[in-house]
Amino acid sequence: MDRAVELGARVTWREINEGTMVTGGGTSREFNTGEWAVIKPTFEADKCRQCLLCVPVCPDSSIPVKDMKRLDFDYDHCKGCGICVKSCPFGAIEMEGIE
Amino acid sequence: MATKDRLSGNEAVAFALKQINPDVFPAFPITPSTEIPQNFATYVSNGEVDTEFITVESEHSSMSAAIAASAAGARALTATSSCGLAYMFEPLYIASSDRLPLLLAVVNRALTGPININCDHSDSMGVRESGWIQLYAENNQEAYDNLVQAYRISENPAVRLPIMVCQDGFITSHAVQNIELLEDEAVKNFVGEYEPEHYLLNRDEVMAIGSYGVSDYYMEAKRAQAEAMLNVPSVVLEVGKDFEAISGRSYGFFEEYKMEDADRAVVVIGSAAGTGKDAVDMLRESGEKVGLIKVRMYRPFPAEALAGALKGVKAVAVLDRAESYTNCGGPLGADVMAALFRARSQALAVNYIYGLGGRDITVKDFAKVYEDLAEVVRNDSAGDTYRYLGVRE
Amino acid sequence: MSRTTEIRWHGRGGQGAKTAALLLADVAFKTGKEVQGFPEYGPERMGAPITAYNRISDEKIRTHSNIYEPEYVVVVDETLLESIDVTAGLKEGGCVLVNSNKPAEELRPLMNGYEGDLKVLDARKVSLAALGKYFPNTPLLAGVVKLAGVMDEEVFLREMRESFEHKFARKPEVVEGNMRALEMALKEVH
Repeated sequence: MDRAVELGARVTWREINEGTMVTGGGTSREFNTGEWAVIKPTFEADKCRQCLLCVPVCPDSSIPVKDMKRLDFDYDHCKGCGICVKSCPFGAIEMEGIE
Repeated sequence: MATKDRLSGNEAVAFALKQINPDVFPAFPITPSTEIPQNFATYVSNGEVDTEFITVESEHSSMSAAIAASAAGARALTATSSCGLAYMFEPLYIASSDRLPLLLAVVNRALTGPININCDHSDSMGVRESGWIQLYAENNQEAYDNLVQAYRISENPAVRLPIMVCQDGFITSHAVQNIELLEDEAVKNFVGEYEPEHYLLNRDEVMAIGSYGVSDYYMEAKRAQAEAMLNVPSVVLEVGKDFEAISGRSYGFFEEYKMEDADRAVVVIGSAAGTGKDAVDMLRESGEKVGLIKVRMYRPFPAEALAGALKGVKAVAVLDRAESYTNCGGPLGADVMAALFRARSQALAVNYIYGLGGRDITVKDFAKVYEDLAEVVRNDSAGDTYRYLGVRE
Repeated sequence: MSRTTEIRWHGRGGQGAKTAALLLADVAFKTGKEVQGFPEYGPERMGAPITAYNRISDEKIRTHSNIYEPEYVVVVDETLLESIDVTAGLKEGGCVLVNSNKPAEELRPLMNGYEGDLKVLDARKVSLAALGKYFPNTPLLAGVVKLAGVMDEEVFLREMRESFEHKFARKPEVVEGNMRALEMALKEVH
């Protein structure tokens, strides 16, 4: 089931999934797009009021929430777009170059 | 026990579909294939099938819906002609590259322009490189028989490619002729239940279809697709053999008519083959060694077998019911000549364009072609290899 | 091929020449023949001249071309005689059946010097008398069956009754009228 993920670009035509179907769900989790980020946001927990306004705006679902409280960033998948910085009313997310 | 009946080609296809009872039929009407969904809709409303019949707003949508149904795990199909097929051009490639078993009943009609509703093969020839299997029929019986065999070929795990079953618009689609129909039960058992291996509605297997293929993957995907097409010929023969067992009618890549000792041959697709056979019989009565090959499976193209069948022939005329504007003939001509070249054949080959936009082809026309071939043999030269048949000069 | 009877129908869009050709194929099929019935399609316009064809044979029919040298020609609408050469290619010894209330001598001058066999059937008269309505198909079908000797008259009538009873299952009252039209036409044509 995870073959598509494991194979990477070394796959030969004999091994490639029939019709390039993607077998298995949530395969994007295996793909660490966080590597693409040059600059990353940082989470200032002491300034955070847990309003959770940042969570839905993240295009990469990289702000994990547990028991109605956001946790630190999932840097494996955060691409560093900075949208969350703009959404925070309390200055609890900082990122170089973004006010 | 088979039943003898008389049906038009369209009625025959609709009847075969009733016997198959597919899961999903998205439809958009276009002459001359309209009667297929029209007759089938009657079966639906009479409760004779439990197919989901979807009236969509275009052929792009009918093909897209059929693709989606197939991806979901259903046995799906649609029918079309001419510009309807042209409008499906894009999704046709999606069906084949996604490796979806799927049926398209094509009733061949000329492409515009000038605007014309009658038969030629320009529509299905235009999509011969879309990765679909293509079968062609000479008459209503073959249209029916090909349809009964189609899903078995398309759904074979070594194949899993969509299939077009083509017949000549009006000439066979609207002509009522004798036909032998199989019993419902025989068709049902022959076609079998469809059990897809991977499908979107399988709750136990999460999957996605229609992915983006970056350059890193695209070519591997296409090579794998080509491999599936390489598997088609043996499956077509196997299914043909099984079909013969229940029907007594045998089907392969092509039909050879009086080719055993023929020194001149015609290669042709579709209803014209029947007319050609009558010409062969007429000429044989006066001792002429002529034969005919009717191509049934055009994609994949049975190049090697065809060259083998033409081995003893001195001259061959390939008849194309479509132009391809190469300035040297039509698509079938190009394929046959390439096959002869690969086989290092010494046969002299000429290519005729005939029957465009419903232009009739008669026994006399075929007799003229065989006469032309006699001249080719006498001159030991093919002469002009790109000719028109039945056009006012 | 020689054992194949070829029939050409000339009519106008909407008059039912196509239906007649299909009916003939149907009834010939029921008597065990190999049949072909097909129209020549063009732009589908009411009133425009149309052609339909039949081949009836004891052997399998393979030719799919139109019919250029028929044994029999049926003209559903006599006004076509002025614009169409209905006898074109008619085989020697063949016959033309025209739906008209005029005598043959009056029609012949409209037929490009045709001197062969010409039969006239007043399908309107027959249809009105038998059915009270004008459906030229039924009488003409009987006429051509008789002329072409496609099948025995009794068998023809029996098969047609069965087919009418099936077709008009919800209007059984019209079955007798149609049967009367066939019988009258069989008597009129000779």
